[in-house]
Amino acid sequence: MKLSRKFLCDYIDLDKEITINKLAEDMTNVGNEYESAGPLINATNLVVGQVIKCQKHPDSDHLHVCVVDIKSELLNIVCGAPNVKEKMKVIVAKPPANLPNGKIKKTTIRGVESNGMLCSLEELGLDNKFLSDKDKEGIYEFKTDVEIGTDAIKALGLDDEVIDFELTSNRADLLSILGMAYEIGAIYNKKIKDIDLTYKPDKNIDINDEFKIDIKTNDCSLFLAKKAINLKIKPSPDFIKNRLIASGIRPINNVVDISNYVMLETGQPLHFYDAKRLGNKIIVRNAYNNEKLTTLDKIQRTLNEEDIVIANEKEAIGLAGVMGGYNTEVENDTVDIIIESAIFDNIKVRKTSKKILRSEASNRFEKGIDPKRTYMAIERSAHLLEKYADATIISGMCTYDKTNNVDKEIEIEIDKIKKVLGIDIPKKTSIDILNRLGFIIEDNNQTLKVKVPTRRLDINIKEDLIEEIGRFYGMDNIKAKLPIFDGKIGKFNKIKRDIRNKMISLGLNETLSYSLINDKDIDKYVNNKFEKIKIADPMSEERTTLRYSLIPSLKEIYEYNKNRNYLDISIFEIGKGFYREKNEYKEENKLALLLSGNYINSLNKIKVDFYIVKGIVEQLLDYLGYKNRYSFTTNNIPQQLHPGISASIIVMGTEIGILGKISPLETKDDIFVAEINLDKLFSIRTSKIQFVPINKYPAVVKDLSFIIDKKIEAQKIVDQIKQSGGKNLNKIEIFDVYMNENIGINNKSIALKLTFVDDKKTLTDDEVNINIDKIIKNVVNKFNAKLRDDNQ
Amino acid sequence: MDNIKIIKEQLLKDLQTIDTIKKLNDLKIEYLGKKGKITTLNSTIKSIDDDKKKEFGIKLNDLKQTFNTKYKEMYEKLNQELINQKLESERIDITLPATKIKYGSKHPISRVIEEFEDLFLSMGYTIYDGPELESDENCFQKLNIAKGHPARDAQDTFYLENEYENYLLRSQTSAAQVRAMEENKEKGPLKIVCPGKVYRKDEDATHSHQFMQIEGLVIDENVSMADLKGTLELFLKKFLGEKTTVRFRPSYFPFTEPSVEVDISCFKCGGKGCNLCKQTGFIEVLGAGMVHPHVLQMCGYDPNKYQGFAFGTGIDRFTMFKYSINDIRTIYGNDIRFLEQFDRRDDNNEIK
Repeated sequence: MKLSRKFLCDYIDLDKEITINKLAEDMTNVGNEYESAGPLINATNLVVGQVIKCQKHPDSDHLHVCVVDIKSELLNIVCGAPNVKEKMKVIVAKPPANLPNGKIKKTTIRGVESNGMLCSLEELGLDNKFLSDKDKEGIYEFKTDVEIGTDAIKALGLDDEVIDFELTSNRADLLSILGMAYEIGAIYNKKIKDIDLTYKPDKNIDINDEFKIDIKTNDCSLFLAKKAINLKIKPSPDFIKNRLIASGIRPINNVVDISNYVMLETGQPLHFYDAKRLGNKIIVRNAYNNEKLTTLDKIQRTLNEEDIVIANEKEAIGLAGVMGGYNTEVENDTVDIIIESAIFDNIKVRKTSKKILRSEASNRFEKGIDPKRTYMAIERSAHLLEKYADATIISGMCTYDKTNNVDKEIEIEIDKIKKVLGIDIPKKTSIDILNRLGFIIEDNNQTLKVKVPTRRLDINIKEDLIEEIGRFYGMDNIKAKLPIFDGKIGKFNKIKRDIRNKMISLGLNETLSYSLINDKDIDKYVNNKFEKIKIADPMSEERTTLRYSLIPSLKEIYEYNKNRNYLDISIFEIGKGFYREKNEYKEENKLALLLSGNYINSLNKIKVDFYIVKGIVEQLLDYLGYKNRYSFTTNNIPQQLHPGISASIIVMGTEIGILGKISPLETKDDIFVAEINLDKLFSIRTSKIQFVPINKYPAVVKDLSFIIDKKIEAQKIVDQIKQSGGKNLNKIEIFDVYMNENIGINNKSIALKLTFVDDKKTLTDDEVNINIDKIIKNVVNKFNAKLRDDNQ
Repeated sequence: MDNIKIIKEQLLKDLQTIDTIKKLNDLKIEYLGKKGKITTLNSTIKSIDDDKKKEFGIKLNDLKQTFNTKYKEMYEKLNQELINQKLESERIDITLPATKIKYGSKHPISRVIEEFEDLFLSMGYTIYDGPELESDENCFQKLNIAKGHPARDAQDTFYLENEYENYLLRSQTSAAQVRAMEENKEKGPLKIVCPGKVYRKDEDATHSHQFMQIEGLVIDENVSMADLKGTLELFLKKFLGEKTTVRFRPSYFPFTEPSVEVDISCFKCGGKGCNLCKQTGFIEVLGAGMVHPHVLQMCGYDPNKYQGFAFGTGIDRFTMFKYSINDIRTIYGNDIRFLEQFDRRDDNNEIK
């Protein structure tokens, strides 16, 4: 909302000493922020001058050399505007002058001295949309009665200042000059001046005799219509034009301008219909599905029953609260008009305007309108039409009113103010603040009964009143204190933090990527079926679907860094995976890793391989308390992973994740990834740390190596040994695996170190050998293994 | 007798030629071996006259002692030389590059979240984790933002497919307020913070369509705006430095009444005015207020008995302040060269 100081001063006497910046700051302190504040025209040293002599520039085919009288002196000025001519009264920028687009200094243009510039309105910083066709053509020409040598901005009537407010959405009342006047009046303790609503109606006819309104929808709570006849369409007086320009609205003609002017003053948008084209009845109803309407902008719109339309007996003629229809628009030949002042359902207007156009009018309907202003606005427009469009106002008004426009009464306990704000504000001060805001107070000692005017749609409960008191007392005057601590300790599940720290200690960089990914990646690196979730109206093709696996995001990060020649990558992320199940939306915490390049970087580099990633996964599982409770299988590997270099991670029989190398079908690079469903993992019981006494008897260590078929997984041998090794077999460690021709090309040799220990006595070799023999026998039989003879 | 003297002189001479432990041991055999020179002398004692036996014995012992002492000295000297040689041969170039185990690093957003969590935990708050997929009811309606409410404009929301105004990616962590209040079956005092991801259709240098917020909520019979101010002052001073001052400005949020915007004195210029604070000396960092009685009511609390305060802020901005990051896209860019910079503990909590 742009607030013109001149416009504001029509309704309150604002002290000259209050600068526009001070006003803006004082408004900010009561909760009304602003974007900018300053003069409407940001220029200096502009005076009215008259061109006395105008000759062609000797060295140019479009420049003129002018002598300009600015009363105090005659200036020689080179001018490039096509419309410059002798006797013309013009805007002169006298050096040193500042214009929005630069400084004007004395200069020489193609050999001729130029002591200033003749200006167009555009050069003063006025937006193109405010300019008439004539103004766009060249420099501005004053009317002949303007006195030369005077301040040009003042002569233009543009010596105004503007604050551009960014208002909060609850303050519908501030979308009007009157509302601003009340708010600013409360800050500086000023009374509001009356608004002139007088006119002389033509008592010979009453509108109700010849015009009818028929409200057929609940989406219109108040509808008023009046008729003005015999009006003359012409340009508005300068003060109306300039106030509209200062408020950011383009002047058009006196009639259209008056509807906008009244909207700015009262906050009530009006609509004027050409009475002849409209006919003698207005119907307000919901649109039919697929009903067509050509709006003011000549675009044909297709409507549905969510839209509210204004119609005559034939067809829809306007979209209520959003935009008028093309057929009933006020044109230059219009003589009689029907004035509409109404309130339409804010949600419906919001929906329609979102579809079609957000305008000054729709914005006000969306935020809500005070019914009293609906009445005020129609009378005000009658006053202005009579005064500035020579209209005759027909007496009477068509009225449909379902609103309750009685002032609200709210009772508030004095104690409650202190309880909420935490400060003791004297009762007198509270009452004074509410009075300044124009509220009427009944002091009942411990409580106040407050009558709130209807214009304050935002005030409904006592907390709203407390906020008003706080706003004007100064929220910043509240003295800080700390709440009394109830002694309870907060709860916090820090497991995700522990996982994060573990991953970092293993040398991985934590990433943070987007949950929304490209739909084409959604089921990659996943080995189960799930129902994906898409966004209704995505911002881009890249971000349409909620990720289920985090690996596609990590892969994207890999590509990004690879393109920047960064190839040693070890990253992880903890985030959520999303899916739908039985019409419910689900999200699960996941941890994903991606490693590529060198894991250890030195003279002796160590490249990332399957076993490094497996090691990281094992370390994490051990750390989280799943030691000895997990295993790896080659079942159920996602398609995007290498079938021979990948595994599923099983904890206590439940598959909780995958790890492996990305398939060569996906990438040429050696990239290893893993993903663990943390929620699944956390649902599995962990082992607590419980001290086990340290064994004081010596251990017996035996090495065994077998030659077996190379397809047999080492884990199978380990499991067999575990089964056959007896209770004293404490540890099995694979310390060497190799393949070579000497042992047969389909074979591998696997060497294991077995540790035996008894917690009650020292084991003898003979005791251990009984177990060893059993192990050898079982492994040899079961796997068709050959015991290597170098065993001891 | 003379033999002893001769052997001793010979021994001393021989010792001078010894330069290895092997030669030293050979010498030991030569003198003290089974047929060694000294051993042989030992056996001649029988043929010596009784009156001279004692003297012979003393001299022979003296010779043995001399040998042993000299042997020991010599052995230690030679052994030391050997060790020195070995150590010298093992010498490495300590200036060669170290074995570099990869850097691990914590994302700056995680760092700031953890710092916030620890701060609020120390004040007795519970860390609450709410879902990112939310119902319109929890994210808006129960926060006093009915369907069609103009405040919805400020947050262009990602609705899920076929779920317009029904199910969405939460646009504010305030949704967690609703959950925490509803889950608290006793409907008694509550003290939570909820950090987490939120989503809005917005993308430029200061906005990302996905970002991080933290929401705080305290409910009790007597908590007031003054308590809110004290809490936020403590939190902001701890994070941004003790010199930070906090300013309350009235504002509007549908779910709090009264509502305030919270400004901090600019940590970059100390309030004098600079580019960061747009010459105002203050930076807007937080929205807060007293929980709206309708919200309390909708979440099952008795607004006549309980009142509370709530606050919410963007974690991304604090992260950008703390580490002087200018563009939010850097945070979500995941360039390794960015991530690796966060490879050590934070030196202190003061932003300079």
